[in-house]
Amino acid sequence: MSNELESLYREVILDHYKNPRGHGVIEGADVEAEGQNPLCGDEVSIFVSFDGDKIEDVKFRGRGCAISQASTSMLMEMVKGRTAEEVAAMSKEELLDEVGIPLTPVRLKCALLGLGVLKLALHKGKGTALPEEWAGLAQDLELS
Amino acid sequence: MAVSTTPKLDARKLREDFPIFEQLIHDQPLAYLDTAASAQKPRAVLEAMTRFYETSYANIHRGVYDLGERATEAYEGAREKARAFVNAESTREVVFTHNVTAALNAVAYGWGFDNLGPGDLVVVTEMEHHSNFVPWQYVAGRTGADFAVIPVDENGELQLDELDAIAARGNLKVLGCAHVSNSLGSVNPVERLIAWGHEQGAIVVVDGAQAVPHRAVDVQALGADFYAFTGHKMCAPTGIGVLWGRAEHLEAMSPFELGGHMIRKVTVERTTWNELPHKFEAGTAPIAEAVGLGAAIDYLGGIGLEAIERHERELLDYVLPKLEALEGVRVFGPPADRRAGIVSFEVEGAHPHDVAQVLDWEGVAVRAGHHCNQPLMAKLGVPATTRASFYLYTVPEEIDRLVAGIEKARKVFS
Repeated sequence: MSNELESLYREVILDHYKNPRGHGVIEGADVEAEGQNPLCGDEVSIFVSFDGDKIEDVKFRGRGCAISQASTSMLMEMVKGRTAEEVAAMSKEELLDEVGIPLTPVRLKCALLGLGVLKLALHKGKGTALPEEWAGLAQDLELS
Repeated sequence: MAVSTTPKLDARKLREDFPIFEQLIHDQPLAYLDTAASAQKPRAVLEAMTRFYETSYANIHRGVYDLGERATEAYEGAREKARAFVNAESTREVVFTHNVTAALNAVAYGWGFDNLGPGDLVVVTEMEHHSNFVPWQYVAGRTGADFAVIPVDENGELQLDELDAIAARGNLKVLGCAHVSNSLGSVNPVERLIAWGHEQGAIVVVDGAQAVPHRAVDVQALGADFYAFTGHKMCAPTGIGVLWGRAEHLEAMSPFELGGHMIRKVTVERTTWNELPHKFEAGTAPIAEAVGLGAAIDYLGGIGLEAIERHERELLDYVLPKLEALEGVRVFGPPADRRAGIVSFEVEGAHPHDVAQVLDWEGVAVRAGHHCNQPLMAKLGVPATTRASFYLYTVPEEIDRLVAGIEKARKVFS
């Protein structure tokens, strides 16, 4: 395999893609949101149930490229048990560090789809702020 | 098609006309399999544009000085070439636009808003590119007309047995159809659709973007009402396309873009329109791009459209069995005899974007996505496909590399 292939589709990405964590639907979730990335046709829906301010459970379903699905899977593990406020303020870099692969601007959109959808869900469910860059995304998500 | 008597082209030799192939991509020769998105440019086109800019460039149509006259002559000369290329009756019927999208918007807005209303029906195919889908859906919605599609079957072919049921939904005014599907390569029975549309009293608007670069098209023989094609898919630059329309329609139709050059007389009270085709060419035209289109038409004419069509058919006969033999690969679209040089497929377990990424590292450029065909993707039950498309410069080795790359992608993701 070429070096590029190895670095983009490194083992952990393929593992999350093939065995996504937090995959499924929460029946009676407190809130759900969905979004698409028109570029790859990636789709992600995220379901959240809260315990007070805390994210008690979070699941996603979707289909799309390995980067979008694996990064959303990683995100599920990162946010469970944290407060809505905390996750609403989570930076893109925090997720991208976890994803840990070099991404072109085009693939960046794939990697960040899940985080955008989650922030939208928290915004809908808890009224957390959508900082401007995410507000734009939310608009795209709602439009698309 | 009488294959045995049609001329043959030498793709290996023709590749030398294209500077883009002189480089390595990811340390390998470029295998460019994305012509359906845009074709590469031969030196003859690039040089014609450079020469025009260096020697004859000025704005057109009103310059009385020598350069202005030469530029006008070059631009109008390109129009004559475009006319002859699709056998239009007159250059009055050949409108330069920026691309097919601009051409079809001009018809949807210019004709649609004046002629559509409640009770009327606009029909396009389910495989239509968004450019011949969204403008009609929008204008139908704005005018109160109904909007429906001709469905496709699982082979990606139009379900013509649905036509009568569709016609019963309203007063059919517009039928929009692609000559060749951009994502499946299906060659649609446009003659039959045109005849049916006319029987219903509709105008028929054909998207020829994937047909004109690859096969001889005669707009008079086809007999549609509007036919659009674009330069950049036929070795010409971006920013230049053609809307052919019957003169009587163009005369009666409102212009869509308004401004400079498209007028005859402007007063505070009212404005009258310029003669055809200038009525539809507001603003400064893509002049050098038109010159490039003229050069591309000369280039393609030198090779021969029959030879190009035959070459692509041979490539299809080579690639389809190979792809169909691959485990976990599903090929969409009709058999080779009803297909142009476009192959969309799905690799089990791997998203098209990931397949395209793996192929890119092998130096193979293909497109992944919904190909501006979201309703069609929904029908096929996939979010997207990977698409390889061929042209006069495609050689069998590129197809071998495509197949090897797909196998590699399947191993990574399965």
